[in-house]
Amino acid sequence: MASYSTNEFRGGLKVLLDGDPCIILENEFVKPGKGQAFNRVRLRNLMSNRVWERTFKSGETLEAADVMDQDMEYLYTDGEFWHFMLTDGSFEQYPADAKAVGDTVKWLKEQDVYTVTLYNGAPLSVTPPNFVELEVVDTDPGMKGDTAQGGSKPATLSTGAVVSVPLFIVIGEVLKVDTRSGEYVNRVKSS
Amino acid sequence: MTDQPVWRPTASREHLKSRAQQLAYVRGFFAERGVLEVETPVLGRHGVTDVNLEGVAASVDAGGVSGGWLQTSPEYHMKRLLAAGSGSIFQVARVFRNGELGRRHNPEFSMLEWYQVGLNDMALMAEVSDLVCGWLDCERPDILNYRDAVRVIAGFDPMTISRHDLYQVCEQWLEPEQLAGMSRDDCLDLVMSFRVEPELGQKRPVFITRYPESQAALARVTSEDGYSVAHRFELYINGLELCNGYWELTDPAEQRKRFVEDNRRRQAAGKPKMAVDQAFLAALDAGLPECSGVALGLDRLLMLKTGAARIEEVLAFPIERA
Repeated sequence: MASYSTNEFRGGLKVLLDGDPCIILENEFVKPGKGQAFNRVRLRNLMSNRVWERTFKSGETLEAADVMDQDMEYLYTDGEFWHFMLTDGSFEQYPADAKAVGDTVKWLKEQDVYTVTLYNGAPLSVTPPNFVELEVVDTDPGMKGDTAQGGSKPATLSTGAVVSVPLFIVIGEVLKVDTRSGEYVNRVKSS
Repeated sequence: MTDQPVWRPTASREHLKSRAQQLAYVRGFFAERGVLEVETPVLGRHGVTDVNLEGVAASVDAGGVSGGWLQTSPEYHMKRLLAAGSGSIFQVARVFRNGELGRRHNPEFSMLEWYQVGLNDMALMAEVSDLVCGWLDCERPDILNYRDAVRVIAGFDPMTISRHDLYQVCEQWLEPEQLAGMSRDDCLDLVMSFRVEPELGQKRPVFITRYPESQAALARVTSEDGYSVAHRFELYINGLELCNGYWELTDPAEQRKRFVEDNRRRQAAGKPKMAVDQAFLAALDAGLPECSGVALGLDRLLMLKTGAARIEEVLAFPIERA
């Protein structure tokens, strides 16, 4: 496996630390003019999602982690695994467990494309696109003529996610939602 | 992610203008004091032996000269001018240090280096204060010796602490297996970088002086309170290291000894030995006048002037875009 020396450290690099795959978030180079150089590195452990801070002497190396982001279409769940398929035409399928799917489960819609992070060939995490379009399956009745005013109510979407929406939204409408904040953006179309 | 080349500068036009004003200020400062501006090679035949400085190797091939190095500082060439009778001199030089890239580092940067014949380190520190405070409009710096700075901020005496205790201090940053093989100075650099420096010059600028003898580089060494200390100084403002100066070593025998010692340390650290610049030593043999010299990072001075948090904000094109 390849390895990276401190001179190659940069944000986004995936490395092995204490046996776990980590992504470098920030790399701070520190050096007194005539002295020994160090790299102060913030990394996120991709297994635990914890952020670590470590110091390295200039010239130290870390092994590269076999971590790859792949676009995959969500197919179905059998209750234990969520099945994804590569969109490159290979039809290769990958089962992701509950830990890998995590909170993304509430944004999973069949046939939509997600970023699946593979570690040593197995799904480590699933990231939804920044915006998804989902149908409202349950909410209190809409109030006509309320479009301009404030006020909000909860709406349950087809995936089970509950988002806060304006009062005029009704069941059957398709909404654009920002998955990063879980916030309603706009109506895609009226039913 | 995009593969498009990024052509725009990272510095704003306002910062580019500040850079031009700073350069004019520096030249005016030395013109008023009658210090001669000089230019020496950026591309030299020799690199430096310093264990913690990596030059950028060049591949010249002309007239029987091959190889060469982009200079890490104009020091040796400027000292040859001094030995030849130039009198006090200054230079605004582009210098190169491999592997150095970060919030405060770019592998190529602008260095203001100057030498005052007949001045000792204290007198040159006063002149550095004039230059820096005249430009930044800051308070004049305090002066604190290295030993006291470490004692007060890090809580131990760097001159007397045992290796065992020093390792224990360092374990808050490094694993024991990373510490193995680190020299005493490497450990002190770690404490300096992560514990002491961030505190320096926060209320007002501060000079750190009287470094341990082992960190003398090209400064002369005297005895103080029974310890050998180097007449070296650095200026810190807002935790940023701005300059490094020496009451210059003029003794060629001592200089030869330090070059040999540097190469011994390089080999111990698994780094290649560096050829010693014999022309520089010959100049010392001929006689370097009593002088003090200092190198000041102009990009960092501009960061302080403009309030920039990162060096690329004051560089037209940092290495990633160069």
